Amino acid sequence: MQVQSMFFKQRASEKLGDELLQGNMRKAKGKFVDGRAKAVAEFGVWEEVRSHAAKVRDRALANLDAYLLEFEANATRRGAVVHWAETAEEACAIIVGIARANGVRKAAKSKSMVSEEVNLNEALEAAGVEVIETDLGEYILQLAHEPPSHIVAPAVHKSKEQVAELFVKAHGKPRLTEIPAMTREAREALRGHFLGADMGISGSNFVIAETGTTLTVTNEGNADMVTTLPRIHVVITGIEKVIGTLEDFATLIRLLPRSAIGQTVTNYLTLTTGLKMPDEADGPEQMHIVLVDAGRTKLVGGPMQEMLRCIRCGACMNHCPVYQNVGGHAYGWVYPGPMGSILTPVYVGLENAGDLPNAATFCHECAVACPVKIPLPELMRKLREQQFDRKLRPWPERLAIAAWAFAVKRPALYAFLSGIGARVAKWMGGREGLIHSLPGLDGWTKGRDMPAPAGRTFRELYRQRSLERR
Amino acid sequence: MGARENILARIRRAQGRPGGEPTAAERAAVREAIARHEVGPQPPFAHAPDRLAQFRKECDRLGTTHAQVASERDVPAEVARYLAANGLEPRLAGWGEFAGLDWAGAGIAFDNRPARGDDRTGLTGCFCAIAETGTVLLLSAPATPKVTALLPETHVCVVRTSRLVDTMEDSFALVRAEVGDPPRAVFFVSGPSRTADIEQTIVIGAHGPYRVHVILL
Repeated sequence: MQVQSMFFKQRASEKLGDELLQGNMRKAKGKFVDGRAKAVAEFGVWEEVRSHAAKVRDRALANLDAYLLEFEANATRRGAVVHWAETAEEACAIIVGIARANGVRKAAKSKSMVSEEVNLNEALEAAGVEVIETDLGEYILQLAHEPPSHIVAPAVHKSKEQVAELFVKAHGKPRLTEIPAMTREAREALRGHFLGADMGISGSNFVIAETGTTLTVTNEGNADMVTTLPRIHVVITGIEKVIGTLEDFATLIRLLPRSAIGQTVTNYLTLTTGLKMPDEADGPEQMHIVLVDAGRTKLVGGPMQEMLRCIRCGACMNHCPVYQNVGGHAYGWVYPGPMGSILTPVYVGLENAGDLPNAATFCHECAVACPVKIPLPELMRKLREQQFDRKLRPWPERLAIAAWAFAVKRPALYAFLSGIGARVAKWMGGREGLIHSLPGLDGWTKGRDMPAPAGRTFRELYRQRSLERR
Repeated sequence: MGARENILARIRRAQGRPGGEPTAAERAAVREAIARHEVGPQPPFAHAPDRLAQFRKECDRLGTTHAQVASERDVPAEVARYLAANGLEPRLAGWGEFAGLDWAGAGIAFDNRPARGDDRTGLTGCFCAIAETGTVLLLSAPATPKVTALLPETHVCVVRTSRLVDTMEDSFALVRAEVGDPPRAVFFVSGPSRTADIEQTIVIGAHGPYRVHVILL
């Protein structure tokens, strides 16, 4: 997907003014947040499992190379071909090569965020392969020619009326008004594609070193069709997805659906290892696994390695007040919300996504919701520091921060200056106690008034109160 | 150097380890860690005093219906009752292990073959079932095709209560003990297929079955 993260501010303002989107986002928020809260409450040992999950992920990441080779050896032993891709272009070239070598005309895909990262659909289409997205949300977006706006619920920004309109155009049938009928129409439209595809393309939520296994986690069953029916199965996934054992998977899968949508378990979990046996009715004759780097090694071994623990549940964005208001498209790349505000700058360059680590209030909802304990606000803060050090923020902002740092290190000076500031701000608030415009920060007061402070600083008030108590 | 070598070398450089590939000792340490098969903490309800009751409770939550029969001989009658109650035609594609039952006697046409795209009902057994989540586990093999549980609109699954385990970890231990390496597809089914991709409204019956019915024996 083309990076547009440099336009975050502009797109965020557009999205804030988009009433339809605002309505669609409001509807979704309650379902995600309440659903997760309920599932966590009845689980009993959430914190214990969370800690274990973080440990399991860290263990594999600490010896990532050895775990990857263990996975490769076992997957190969079972008949899969393991490919390695350093870049998005390499990943596409490998899969286009497999398609060409096997005369593939149609590929059925289940949802894969890595494939969005590398623009796989475009590459295959350019090579003459028809690509069909089969996850209902992704199918809707393919019809709309739009990228996903959420990593678990890609079409969360669309209303049913918008979907109905797309289906009328695509299927040439009368307009539907009920969601179950729309779902059935999509099922019928897609069934033929599953049965007629030469190639199935899936992601893999984790890859298991012990057994050489890749896997899919879905509610719809589309990934099961994709990994079972076509004669060639291609898995595209990131190198950071490797875990040690089936038991590690059991731990992580207790967290993933609960964090994502408050479900105890998804309807389908499929571990796929190796090929169809000669007398089997189903299963692929070839299996290819493409392990993609595309920026991941930049996080390995560094101060932000914890980000690689991410299991792509979407809880951080579901709980983020910024995401809830601007939606996923404002972030301008594949990964939105807090996790995207870290991954996007790292993968596509901080200079191309400078606003993302700043699009956070540091309310810490994301860190609390994260099932693998990624300190997301902390990592965003590290990116902000890098921006400051690399002079990537505008000079007035850098000057202001430098001035503030100078003052705050000198308590007497700070008390003096903040005392003046508090009094001036109170005066600016006038009789109603509201500041309508702040010089130099007029963007902030454009949409709202700032409540004027009390006229004295916290330290002054604290001292006074201590004296009164004596 | 190829992509594989470059990626491995970058990882090692970043983690401050010498050389381009993991050493024999590092590989051995990883294998040892894997061989421990450490089981993480599990929720209290995963080890319910009444395993069957826990399984049924989770089935109810998922929208999986269930019925108990006394023996395998009673399966055709229960299937007939279920299909009739749901207004479904008395015909199914089923796994060979059930082909010997008296289907004609129950008024059902039994096709002993893997299900196709146009079959309405598929009948399968399972390798085991998991009480914690109300899940049935199917292992792919020539005699146990996965498509039979996936393509039809109705999936009927026979579960022997002797094959009911507490957790997913227990099911993996059973696979290791009885099968060894996991087969091509290890397929965990927890209720009928669903989607919430349009307005986060849950709709039962996305690409897989609209109905899952478990017959316990």
